[in-house]
Amino acid sequence: MAKITYIEHSGKIHEIEVENGLSVMEGAVNNLVPGLDADCGGACACATCHCYVEPEWRAKTGEIGDMEETMLDFAEARQEGSRLSCQIKVSDELDGLVVKLPEAQF
Amino acid sequence: MTDAATSPNETYVIVGAGHAAGQLAASLRQEGFEGKIVLVGEEAQLPYQRPPLSKKYLSGEFGLERVYFKPPDFYDAAKVETRLATRVTRIDRDAKTLTLESGDTLGYNKLALTTGSRVRKLPILGADLAGTHYLRTVDDVDGMRSGFEPGKSLVIIGGGYIGLEVAAVATSHGLKVTVLEMESRVLKRVTSPELSGFFEEVHCTRGVEIKCKTAIAAFESGSDGKLAFAVTADGEKIPADIALLGVGILPNTELAAEAGLEAQNGVRVDEFCRTADPDIFAAGDCTDHPSALYDRRIRLESVHNALEQAKTAAAAMCGNLKAYDQVPWFWSDQYDLKLQIAGLSTGYDTVVQRGDPATNKFALFYLKDSVLIAVDAVNAAPEYMMGRRLIGDRAIIAPERLSDTSISMKEMV
Repeated sequence: MAKITYIEHSGKIHEIEVENGLSVMEGAVNNLVPGLDADCGGACACATCHCYVEPEWRAKTGEIGDMEETMLDFAEARQEGSRLSCQIKVSDELDGLVVKLPEAQF
Repeated sequence: MTDAATSPNETYVIVGAGHAAGQLAASLRQEGFEGKIVLVGEEAQLPYQRPPLSKKYLSGEFGLERVYFKPPDFYDAAKVETRLATRVTRIDRDAKTLTLESGDTLGYNKLALTTGSRVRKLPILGADLAGTHYLRTVDDVDGMRSGFEPGKSLVIIGGGYIGLEVAAVATSHGLKVTVLEMESRVLKRVTSPELSGFFEEVHCTRGVEIKCKTAIAAFESGSDGKLAFAVTADGEKIPADIALLGVGILPNTELAAEAGLEAQNGVRVDEFCRTADPDIFAAGDCTDHPSALYDRRIRLESVHNALEQAKTAAAAMCGNLKAYDQVPWFWSDQYDLKLQIAGLSTGYDTVVQRGDPATNKFALFYLKDSVLIAVDAVNAAPEYMMGRRLIGDRAIIAPERLSDTSISMKEMV
């Protein structure tokens, strides 16, 4: 279980306890956090679950896979810390994680 | 948003409970509709995602709770009344009521048809034997899983996406898989000979036997009354512990047609998802809709279409007209290969290969009159993502540039 803070583009904050094994995307969608469309349901096929991981958490959220890397490369408004939230698996290690959501999903 | 959008005393009914239905309910609230929303679904489940059924749900990696479209709490939170395991048998457009199987009626001010599609059934002898399955619903997969054990023989009828995805999961799970395809190659209805050839080889290498130009004639039972053989039109008997019939889907148009709405290849709607009845809308697999991009009417079987048409329909129901005009996209996961498809390749005159299929990382671009109309990308996200954008722009790109991997996709504009 990890407490994850999702910050909408407007600044609205959602603090959510997410079960281990789920993805950061599922934690948001299951708790009605707006801003993540996740059209493909987590198959790394659509790049509509783009989020920004805060600097202090980038090491713990793991490596970016090849497919994710190239999908992100073509997502709108890529920045330092950009990730596809469906590819970040939740574990105790991520307790306290903070992610920001972009203005719009591609 | 117009005044009509709030309409607190009105009832909007959604018939169907798939991706389009779930999205439509959510989008009506986002559009500001404050009246009553009733979602009527024939299956016992809340809206769930179908793509994982032939992939991670079948393999057991995902349970039901991970395939729900929205969490169960959503419907209470958004004040969406759900009536599941409930079949609508008739629309009375004059009275603006629906008749349910129970005989009850349900009134509506506006109605959205998101009835989706159903599997095409094969009327052959033995298709109802224990051990034969179709794959469209959670119940279908639950029924199939019991026989899904290493060492068992699985015969798949139909080399389409469903058949090949199940072949991949089953082979990886240790089953012996045979695919029977009536046409000269797999995926013939949806893609080029080049991509069909690639996937045939991929499956053969992993031990799947693919028999093209082979029609199924019947299924035969053993002494226990359960499925034992698939019999081809040539009379070959292939041992089968389980069989999957994956020969396509048909749009559920009967409700609309019986109510006098035009519905040949889908419920006919305009670019705003409106039918000819000003109070009836439709979205998703069940619609026959115009495509400005391809300049013809199309029907799509895809998640993206279901989600986007649902948003368009919900907006139109609230008096907010936003035309639906998007580049269709699809995906398929088989083994460690991710196929991403943008656009529709129907009618292409030129195919351009970029990258080497032997590396399991390549793309096929389809051009018609020099214009890029579709791309099939295997483990090739840049080609897919950029391709999707270029297709929407109706881009003209020289084949020799597209195939030149020393030019990055970003430079293709």
